[in-house]
Amino acid sequence: MKDKKQLKQAVFKAAKQLWRTFPVLVGAMLLVSLASALIPKEIYAAIFSLNPILDSFIGAFIGSILAGNPVTSYILGGEFLKQGVSLVAVSAFLIAWVTVGIVQLPAESMLLGRRFAFIRNITAFFFAIISAVATALIIGVL
Amino acid sequence: MTSEKSYAGWYFLAVCAAIYLIAFIIKPETGLPVIKLFSRIILNVLPVFILIFALLVAVDYLVKPVMLLKYFGKGSGLKAYLLSLLGGIISTGPIYMWYPLMNDLQKKGISNGFLATFLYGRAIKPALIPLMILYFGWIYTIVLSIVMAITAVLQGLLIGMIDRRWRL
Repeated sequence: MKDKKQLKQAVFKAAKQLWRTFPVLVGAMLLVSLASALIPKEIYAAIFSLNPILDSFIGAFIGSILAGNPVTSYILGGEFLKQGVSLVAVSAFLIAWVTVGIVQLPAESMLLGRRFAFIRNITAFFFAIISAVATALIIGVL
Repeated sequence: MTSEKSYAGWYFLAVCAAIYLIAFIIKPETGLPVIKLFSRIILNVLPVFILIFALLVAVDYLVKPVMLLKYFGKGSGLKAYLLSLLGGIISTGPIYMWYPLMNDLQKKGISNGFLATFLYGRAIKPALIPLMILYFGWIYTIVLSIVMAITAVLQGLLIGMIDRRWRL
């Protein structure tokens, strides 16, 4: 009997929590849709300078501002490589795409705290570049 | 963070809707693609939404804060980071769908370092590995996945350290 009551309470609490986060999630989804539909994919390749160091920052920056399915990042990353963009830059782009979320930052700040969200995203940005450099170095050795 | 009586979330949604309206007024042809994409995202996240709901219920019903703190508290070791990494790797759906559960765990006292590792670990997508191999080759895919797994733990340790010093 007590278990049933506790389960009922847990279901109610979970529903209440999801309802409270509902507008934030819908807003984040709307922003992701807007960013994906409004920014033409062709302009990204033109942004790269073909300088590997600068490009790793550019790659991480583009990956940070874009959001969506990682499959899109693979397609774009593959195209960048074909256009002569360095492996470091493409890696930074792929990593930042999934680890840094400028579009989701308002939602993350609201639900997990502003300081946590900012520090997590800033460190993830730099870790994307470090990981990209490490990956390219290891690939170069292999 | 949104409190029980806070309307911040609804204001946020209103601002997003206003941005959409402005974009629609400036560039009417983008209205339909955005709505189509938005509907597709909603359909894609529905199963994840149900999963998150089930996890929230399970965590509240089965896991007591004392239990969580024992394994994922401020002084927990590398094993807890590896568990967080594994959780991140096997989690599916968009990152923002996991914020409510993370918020719940944060309230229960879990260290922010583990949340950071979980969120970074989501970069490794086992289901997409074959596709990544197709685009970038298997050596690159394996190396990148290992590097990202190590970085996820490193970022968690760093955030945990910052959290202990400045309370995030």
